[in-house]
Amino acid sequence: MLRDVTLGQYFPGNTVVHRLDPRTKILLVVIYIVALFQAQSWIGYGLVTLVTLVCMALSKIKPSSMFKGVKPMLFIIVLTALLNIFYTEGTPVRPGWIITWEGIARAVQMMLRIILLISGTFLLTYTTSPIALTDGLEILLSPLKKLKVPVHEMTMMMSMALRFIPTLIAETDKIMSAQKARGADFETGSLIQRAKALLPILVPLFVSAFKRADELAVAMESRCYHGGEGRTRMKQLVMRPRDYIALVLGLLFLAAMIVLKRVGL
Amino acid sequence: MEPIIVFENVHFNYPGDEKESLHGIDLSVTRGSFVAVLGQNGSGKSTLAKHMNAILVPNEGRVLVDGIDTADESSVLDVRRRVGMVFQNPDNQIVANVVEDDVAFAPENLGVEPKEIRRRVNAALRLVGMYEHRMHAPHLLSGGQKQRVAIAGVIAMEPEIIVLDEPTAMLDPQGRREVVDTAFSLCRGKGMTVVLITHHMEECIDADRVLILSEGRLTADGRPEEIFADKALLEREGLEQPETARLLRELREAGMKFPGEALKIDDCANRIAQALQAEERSRSSWQKSSPKS
Ligand SMILES: Nc1ncnc2c1ncn2[C@@H]1O[C@H](COP(=O)(O)OP(=O)(O)O)[C@@H](O)[C@H]1O
Ligand SMILES: [Mg+2]
Repeated sequence: MLRDVTLGQYFPGNTVVHRLDPRTKILLVVIYIVALFQAQSWIGYGLVTLVTLVCMALSKIKPSSMFKGVKPMLFIIVLTALLNIFYTEGTPVRPGWIITWEGIARAVQMMLRIILLISGTFLLTYTTSPIALTDGLEILLSPLKKLKVPVHEMTMMMSMALRFIPTLIAETDKIMSAQKARGADFETGSLIQRAKALLPILVPLFVSAFKRADELAVAMESRCYHGGEGRTRMKQLVMRPRDYIALVLGLLFLAAMIVLKRVGL
Repeated sequence: MEPIIVFENVHFNYPGDEKESLHGIDLSVTRGSFVAVLGQNGSGKSTLAKHMNAILVPNEGRVLVDGIDTADESSVLDVRRRVGMVFQNPDNQIVANVVEDDVAFAPENLGVEPKEIRRRVNAALRLVGMYEHRMHAPHLLSGGQKQRVAIAGVIAMEPEIIVLDEPTAMLDPQGRREVVDTAFSLCRGKGMTVVLITHHMEECIDADRVLILSEGRLTADGRPEEIFADKALLEREGLEQPETARLLRELREAGMKFPGEALKIDDCANRIAQALQAEERSRSSWQKSSPKS
């Protein structure tokens, strides 16, 4: 069950989307998010949805894996939708109801917005290996080093976090099974009871995470890690024609969205 | 013979620990040799290992690696690139999500040219037999494969010494054999100096030298044949005789005659076969003088 969590997971592949430079993909995701927030009408949302579906098709990511990424957020999505349904003024669906046509429209659009936001960013992590992702991020953010922002340290922490997600998930699964075997019950009872039942999982998980961190630090030092200074990369990032084409397409998409917004669509 | 690691009267205690974890260690490891270190839990084996690449430095005395004092902070990287360390838990020493990226980690830290890193990564992965798995995710490999990736990760630094701290403790028998065979091939084939810390006696049989550590002191130091023949010493240190030595001892106690010791399975089998043949011969020569039944 916990193994199904796809957060930060990478699905290796060899599609155009996979082969794009990570820097291109990070910039495209930023462009995508800005563009998404320009959408105001059905036409706007339709265009963003279309672009997202095309990218998904190009990257050959299965819709089911996409859905798995969205699933953990379902609660928030539904809550946002409900709030919008009930708190938007307009023409009631039937006389006397507080649900309005405008409310339903807003609710659907909000849901679309959140789902598209998640899908877009997951498309990045699904098609980019964590190392490439953090390398790209480090290079893109490197101007900030001049302002004494610890860019290398931040991206290193991110890549370690991504590296250890599968390990920690497997460990959580193991601890939960061990506690269940001893009669622990995580599924029934009041919210407080269930939260209490989680405590015997969190404590061993934290203890082992700290031990891991300790050992990992020693192992990294043993392999001559001493910060970002003087570090080289085996895999050099290169921008190819396809990267520039992709960026131009992204900018065109953003321009289209801005124009749509200007003309009130 | 030229020493590559030298400990001179090394004392160490962890901050806040009242007892010393290393208690006056004097040791000299010959270049190109294979040294096995045995000892019970808490005897200071890991502490000893961490002194070999300047993760820890002595409170008293000094450690020299290839002539460099590990206490000299300006040459820490020079020490570490000479000494590759492999630890017990493979999951906690693999830093990347793809095998070849992990192997590249050390040379990247050392600022090696990208092309040269690629060459070293491929060579290291071939050496440990993991080249076919270079694009795999480490967390999906078996324990023995993960440890071989970890070994490749330190070989890519092109070290002169490899220190393995209980690399087989979390592995199944198959994985254990993979790792120990790899360690021996690095020593015998590539001339690297190997220090193997272990709990398994069988893994020390082919070593050039066996050390026993007990409460922070070296209590025994000798060839495996000598160490494993000394039943009193092993009992005192809470160690078991290897299966082969035990078999020979038990047969000897039962009245068979063997010259010397044989720790390797082949040697042991040969000795037993020879002894049996000798016995057969003496019996048949005795039988010749009596009428056949
Ligand atoms: N990080 C530490 N802090 C304090 N004491 C430690 C630490 N690591 C080990 N020790 C102590 O040092 C002694 C030797 O430990 P260690 O070298 O890990 O032994 P071994 O590897 O042979 O099991 C033990 O008594 C242990 O409790
Ligand atoms: Mg230890």
